[in-house]
Amino acid sequence: MSQLKVVDARNTYCPGPLMELITYMKQIEVGDTIELLSTDSGTANDVPEWVNKIGHEMVSSEQVEEVWHIKVKKAK
Amino acid sequence: MNILIVGGGTGGTIVANNLARRLSSEIQNQKAKITMLSASDRHMYQPGLLYVAFGEMMPDELYRDQKGLMEPSIDFHVDPVEKFELDDNKVTTKSGKTYGYDILVIATGSRTMPKKIPGLVEGAETFYTEEGAVKLFKKLREFEGGKIGIVVGVPHKCPIAPVEAVFALHEYFVKRGIRDKVEIKYNYPINRIHSIENVAKWAKPEFDRMGIVYETLFNVEEVDVENKVVKSLEGSEYAYDLLISVPEHHGMEVIEDNELGTAGWIPTDRHSLTMNGHDNVFVLGDTTNLPVSKTGSAAHFQAEVVAENIASITKIGTPVKDYDGKVYCFIEAGHEKSTYAMFNYENPPDLREANKSMHWLKMGYNKMYWTSVRGLL
Repeated sequence: MSQLKVVDARNTYCPGPLMELITYMKQIEVGDTIELLSTDSGTANDVPEWVNKIGHEMVSSEQVEEVWHIKVKKAK
Repeated sequence: MNILIVGGGTGGTIVANNLARRLSSEIQNQKAKITMLSASDRHMYQPGLLYVAFGEMMPDELYRDQKGLMEPSIDFHVDPVEKFELDDNKVTTKSGKTYGYDILVIATGSRTMPKKIPGLVEGAETFYTEEGAVKLFKKLREFEGGKIGIVVGVPHKCPIAPVEAVFALHEYFVKRGIRDKVEIKYNYPINRIHSIENVAKWAKPEFDRMGIVYETLFNVEEVDVENKVVKSLEGSEYAYDLLISVPEHHGMEVIEDNELGTAGWIPTDRHSLTMNGHDNVFVLGDTTNLPVSKTGSAAHFQAEVVAENIASITKIGTPVKDYDGKVYCFIEAGHEKSTYAMFNYENPPDLREANKSMHWLKMGYNKMYWTSVRGLL
């Protein structure tokens, strides 16, 4: 059964949200999903660009009270 | 209070020395005891490896005897922990001894994992180990021209180092008079040239001025050693003559073996620096899973918080400080100029133009580190 892992990258400048996402994508299985939390406004563009280039799946992206919630499913 | 510190790197050593002073009367009255278990009798100044890679320092300058860095009241043993039994407040070491504790500090650090990428061990040089830094310098001395690629694994220690390596390469080949024969190509995992946006904004015009070629969204998938080609997960390739790698890091094997954290990173509260679910276990430095740079600087600031809190728990039964995510990193920009990045969870760094004063401060810090790690600076 696929898992959902929440990665809290709010209020971090280094390594930053996308670097955190790349780190944790290595730790999950194909079919699992990461929900990335970020307060960095650039994340909403940065993450889809990487996800699309590498071939994972963007599940959703929404901003709730200053926090971006971005779900990415590991596809390979 | 029986305090056990596992790990004798920057974080563990500063915690131990800082605590030994704060609890000097308690230690004298046998109301507190500090024990450190380390895997090594030597202490390495790891930022010096980059200087070794460019012939600016000798490897033996990076080391001091660990015992000589410690306050005499600390019970120090070279006997690495092999088994953590957190529910029973005890650990077992390689020699078979068991140590109990009231408060445990885990500061075991991290390690490079070049084997995670096919071909990286055989195909790339690295300045993240002593052996690698010496080997890289010899390769650079022999290099008469061609393509040098830099690739960066995720996650990695000292996030400023890849940028510093680029500046150092540029300066090195300018000084040798063959810069025009060398292509320096910097490949970075995310979609700008550094994880910190303000560092990326500062470094980009510097790269342009120096003629550095760069590619972003480049996560190494494999190295074709025979054909000298590095390939990215994103689908691009780079044919190189010399490949320099900042390898992916993991926490130490003992952390993974004891299932304290995936990939050796221990889940840690970002403010209290206690291990999730274990209020009497503090974690700091590279060992944490915090979204903070894995640097000696972060370990230093975390160590001050951990030491102050363990001392206050001993004296009044409660911690008094929160870690605010503070990090301070020098950035060597080449040609005897440096700047710095200081930031925390809430405030990004504001980079200034590199200058000679900061470079000489950094050169001074390379020596002052030994005062810092004694908990005096």
